[in-house]
Amino acid sequence: MDLEYSAGERAFRDEVRAFVQRNLPADLAAKVQEGKRLSRDDFLRWHRILAGQGWVAPGWPKEFGGPGWTPVQQHIFDEECSAAGAPFVLPFGVRMVAPVIQRFGNSAQKEYFLPRILSGEHWWCQGYSEPGSGSDLASLKTRAVRQGDHYVVNGQKTWNTLGQYADWIFCLVRTGTEGKPQEGISFLLIDMKTPGVTVRPIRTLEGEHEINEIWFEDAKVPVANLVGEENKGWTYAKFLLGHERTGIAGVGRSKRELAKLKEIARRERSGGRPLMEDARFRDRIAQVEIEILALEVTNLRVLSEEGKQRTPGPEASILKVRGSEIQQSLSELMMHAVGQYALPHVREALDADWTGEPVGPDYAAPLAGTYFNFRKTSIYSGSNEIQKNIISQMILGL
Amino acid sequence: MDFSLAEERRLLQDTIKRYVSREYTFEQRRKRLAAGPEFSREVWKGLAELGVLGIGIREDDGGMGGDAFDTMIVMEALGRALVVEPYLSSVVLGAGVVSDAGNDAQRAAWLPAIAAGEKLLAFAHGEAAARYATSFVETRAARKGNGWKLDGAKAVVLHADSADALVVSARTGGSAADREGISLFLVDTKARGVGIRAYPTQDSARAAEVRLDGVEVGDDMRLGAEGQALPHIERALDRANAALCAEAIGIVEALNEATLEYLKTRKQFGQPIGRFQVLQHRMADMTIKAVEARSMAILAASAMSSADPVERARRVSSAKAFVGQAARFVGQQAIQLHGAIGMTDELVVSHWFKRLAMIDVTFGDADHHLGRVSDMILAERA
Repeated sequence: MDLEYSAGERAFRDEVRAFVQRNLPADLAAKVQEGKRLSRDDFLRWHRILAGQGWVAPGWPKEFGGPGWTPVQQHIFDEECSAAGAPFVLPFGVRMVAPVIQRFGNSAQKEYFLPRILSGEHWWCQGYSEPGSGSDLASLKTRAVRQGDHYVVNGQKTWNTLGQYADWIFCLVRTGTEGKPQEGISFLLIDMKTPGVTVRPIRTLEGEHEINEIWFEDAKVPVANLVGEENKGWTYAKFLLGHERTGIAGVGRSKRELAKLKEIARRERSGGRPLMEDARFRDRIAQVEIEILALEVTNLRVLSEEGKQRTPGPEASILKVRGSEIQQSLSELMMHAVGQYALPHVREALDADWTGEPVGPDYAAPLAGTYFNFRKTSIYSGSNEIQKNIISQMILGL
Repeated sequence: MDFSLAEERRLLQDTIKRYVSREYTFEQRRKRLAAGPEFSREVWKGLAELGVLGIGIREDDGGMGGDAFDTMIVMEALGRALVVEPYLSSVVLGAGVVSDAGNDAQRAAWLPAIAAGEKLLAFAHGEAAARYATSFVETRAARKGNGWKLDGAKAVVLHADSADALVVSARTGGSAADREGISLFLVDTKARGVGIRAYPTQDSARAAEVRLDGVEVGDDMRLGAEGQALPHIERALDRANAALCAEAIGIVEALNEATLEYLKTRKQFGQPIGRFQVLQHRMADMTIKAVEARSMAILAASAMSSADPVERARRVSSAKAFVGQAARFVGQQAIQLHGAIGMTDELVVSHWFKRLAMIDVTFGDADHHLGRVSDMILAERA
């Protein structure tokens, strides 16, 4: 039993740290740390820097252009990038569709898509949820009807994160109506430029445009874009969700946010004294710090098991539940730290190039919006209630 | 980074599990407790023969060696079996502090005998007015001739009534809350002026209120440097709290297993109650807490090898706070999910619950340790 990093792991950490220090643009790190809006180009800048180094897809095996890192190395990488304020690499291509293509795709799909995911040439988005199919994903209704060399797709997907920038979307579509709902689902890759595909923005509670609905009206998709076998898509979908959850503890980001929360509490004044001296508030910081520690060690335990078995188990659900709850606690505390200065809603203040006078402390502007927005974390990627169903069934056998 | 158990640890785990499953079933425990207030000398001898009482005591001091991870394995198993014998007080605390602070003669006098199960120590540090404050000591030791005279009172001293000697903290300088000026003494429980008012505890162990009225001890009974004992006390309490975290997770996991089994077998409304989603999610929450609590117990054990006492304390307090909260949740929900049967003395569940509650209030509850971490956050520099 040894919780310390080995000499090799420490050397790896130093290498990553040095690289991030040299290559992460300062203006980009500032945007992330100050909670400013990130443009399509902001995400891609960092993506391309990492791609140049061969580090953009930490979880990929070497044969597909990944670095072949152990899970612990991947964790170290995530932690270093987060601590430095790097934007997160969007998961939709690298962490979601790519493992499915690697595992179930044909060689043409691997050769075409994987290099373009690595380079950032293709921006992917996710087409799972529908208006009538959230937690009950298998009830999805978007139809794909085979006509010669094409599927004709009709239906509606929703909650597509950053779909407004996407070049491609991976979709679960219904190709069969026989048997159980899970049995008639296929996994289809669709070019967003296909005629009949329409993206419509959804404005969320904090006032931002992060998610979309996507309509398909007689969109013709080549049969060559079917991954694996027709009507086997549910298997691939579950595989994808399992992969998605392993990085979802978000320990690196939460540690960075904790440091930021402490910094705010030291700068804020309450009755003229630093807010940090208010034991009632400080105890809440201590509580979340302790919870992050518990999540971090648990994450490392799961990772070291995963290093041996390579397949993420239902323990990932524990990481998802706790990771999301902690992210929410942090966003809530951060908003409360600035007290009444959570109120002003100056939308321009979230633009990095805005030169106006901030209302209240300059760090206050994004905090309420982030708190509002982060209610998503316990809903997306399989709601926490669904995760508890998974724990009940897969771990406990109930 | 490596979370696997080394081969020797797996053997230790098997040995102690086998022992308790043979000699310390819930029925056997009940019968022994009914027979009288004394803990079982037979069990103590059995544990000594297995070498368990030497875990954490260096081999050249007559022990088996091992570190906090070995203690963790012992405590988990003792917790699950609800062992009431004085392992924590005599081995983890008593031998621990003599190992850290004792001179050669003191180590030779106590450590081999503790490992052999022949002698017992109790740790008499806490005081009523201190609550959990570690440096608050009002008991005083004044120079008298070549030795010392001790006056004061110690609160809820675990297993004081069966101990051969007490490790007593007393102030040889400074005032009540000062970090400096605390010394440690080995005090024979039969010495003149030692008053021990013993009583059973809620979890079927023993403790005592200890009075020290002009108790005279020689200077050779002083442990460590005069006035410099607080770091030893802090280390001893961190070690004890790490051990209590391990004991707690042994119980938490046992409670979860029992509750899960109950959910699968107990039928109401014509089906096993585990079919109800409200109970499934509760059980999932209990599972999450148990997994995370184990992570924190591992963290606490690893902290004991840290060279930095502040970092050690921060990790142990984080663990004790988290485990305290998690254990409270699991204990309460285990009873809730068992329903009325969980309230009965007959079922082991209620005994596990009570032990968890008492672990929380031993050497600082969750709020206390959260506050300790909180104060360390205040002291952090940007």
